Amino acid sequence: MYDFSFQSPASAADAASALGAAEDGKILAGGQTLLPTMKQRLAMPSDLISLKGCRDLVGISSDGSTLTIGAMTTHGAVAASTEVAKAIPALSALAGGIGDPQVRNRGTLGGSLANNDPAADYPAAVLGLGATVVTTKREIAADDYFQGMFETALDDDEIITAVRFPIPQAAGYAKFDNPASRYALVGVFVAKTAAGPRVAVTGAGQGGVFRASDIEGQIASGQEPNSASIDEGELNGDIHASPAYRKHLIGVMAKRALASAG
Amino acid sequence: MPTVSMTVNGKQVSGEVEARTLLAQFIRENLELTGTHIGCDTSQCGACVVHVNGSSVKSCTMLAVEADGADVTTIEGLAMDGDTLHPMQEAFRDNHGLQCGFCTPGMVMSAIDLVDRNPNPTDSEIRDWLEGNICRCTGYHNIVKSIAAGAAAMRGQKAAAE
Ligand SMILES: Cc1cc2nc3c(=O)[nH]c(=O)nc-3n(C[C@H](O)[C@H](O)[C@H](O)COP(=O)(O)OP(=O)(O)OC[C@H]3O[C@@H](n4cnc5c(N)ncnc54)[C@H](O)[C@@H]3O)c2cc1C
Ligand code: FES
Ligand code: FES
Repeated sequence: MYDFSFQSPASAADAASALGAAEDGKILAGGQTLLPTMKQRLAMPSDLISLKGCRDLVGISSDGSTLTIGAMTTHGAVAASTEVAKAIPALSALAGGIGDPQVRNRGTLGGSLANNDPAADYPAAVLGLGATVVTTKREIAADDYFQGMFETALDDDEIITAVRFPIPQAAGYAKFDNPASRYALVGVFVAKTAAGPRVAVTGAGQGGVFRASDIEGQIASGQEPNSASIDEGELNGDIHASPAYRKHLIGVMAKRALASAG
Repeated sequence: MPTVSMTVNGKQVSGEVEARTLLAQFIRENLELTGTHIGCDTSQCGACVVHVNGSSVKSCTMLAVEADGADVTTIEGLAMDGDTLHPMQEAFRDNHGLQCGFCTPGMVMSAIDLVDRNPNPTDSEIRDWLEGNICRCTGYHNIVKSIAAGAAAMRGQKAAAE
């Protein structure tokens, strides 16, 4: 890992100005993606701006219709929260299934969303629930936030401060995990909302997380979900699974997610 | 260079480090506590697990500067008076929970965090919890046995203290 200069500001606003002022600055949240990437010299920022002192970015609250989670809240804290378990149990289960306990003790919601790994879990929940990503500059609807593999709508000097999840009637998440890394080979999040079902698929798409509108239609009309209409040409193939296998898994995971939503 | 201070195994320590110094390096090289191992470069093996403010973390995936002000416990901090092993360490010895021993410090630190949260874990909860701890030798069976026995001993110790 190359050296860098390190800052630890006390608020998200100060962190955003430090980020704007740095030559090639990066935010450090839980470090569970960024530090391994820096060890491999795939990232070599001039400055790391740590969010650990930004107490304004940590916390979980619910007003009965919206669950708000601060960007620096760890996966472990989300999995253990009774507030989350009451409002959106599928989100507790999703957070508790990320990586391993030590990754969950450090990794954060904001870090996962900023990174937008095509096999990450949180993007499926954020898109599936139609959540709002709140930043130091604006509020971004999930449908506009994810812009492709490792790409998001965030500006270079923009920091995620929180995510607002509308509380659905019911929701479920099913992931077929890569047995080595626990990342999703395919993960499907199903939410039943007043405006109809929403279905988001992670792990499978070449462009990262995506909504499966045909499956949403099937669920709305009471049919069993299937992935027949998903275009295999848009799916990932690698040593772990071919596009055809991932296509098949989307249907299976959609059924399981729907069943767990009840 | 940044200066860091923290409590490690109950002792106040400080040192000058490069910003890029990992907590694992600070523990091993500055403090010369070499019980914390480094088994990989990809944050996957768990040989480096220590407790930071009571939670298990991979010390190879945390900067020393991020642990400034924290309370850190390493494998050396478990047997506080030097001779009497922590019940979890004793359980690994009694149940043949190690062969080469490389993964053991991380296994023990991870196991104690599990038992702190879940005093009576089932075998399947133990196996799930060990997702981030890799062992090349044992095949895990005796590690799971050790942790179940260590958990029982920790419950006994707690009951005796109450
Ligand atoms: C062994 C292992 C297994 C894993 N398994 C899984 C898994 O099964 N599923 C899964 O989803 N993930 C998995 N992960 C990734 C993990 O969830 C990370 O915690 C997460 O991807 C990044 O969060 P972080 O807080 O660690 O962010 P960091 O690593 O600190 O940062 C990641 C990126 O986001 C940026 N960033 C961080 N916070 C913000 C913010 N608030 N605003 C703007 N930018 C920000 C950083 O600059 C950086 O570019 C795994 C990681 C490891 C090491
Ligand atoms: S050394 Fe392998 S996870 Fe830390
Ligand atoms: S005992 Fe050798 S790696 Fe676990």
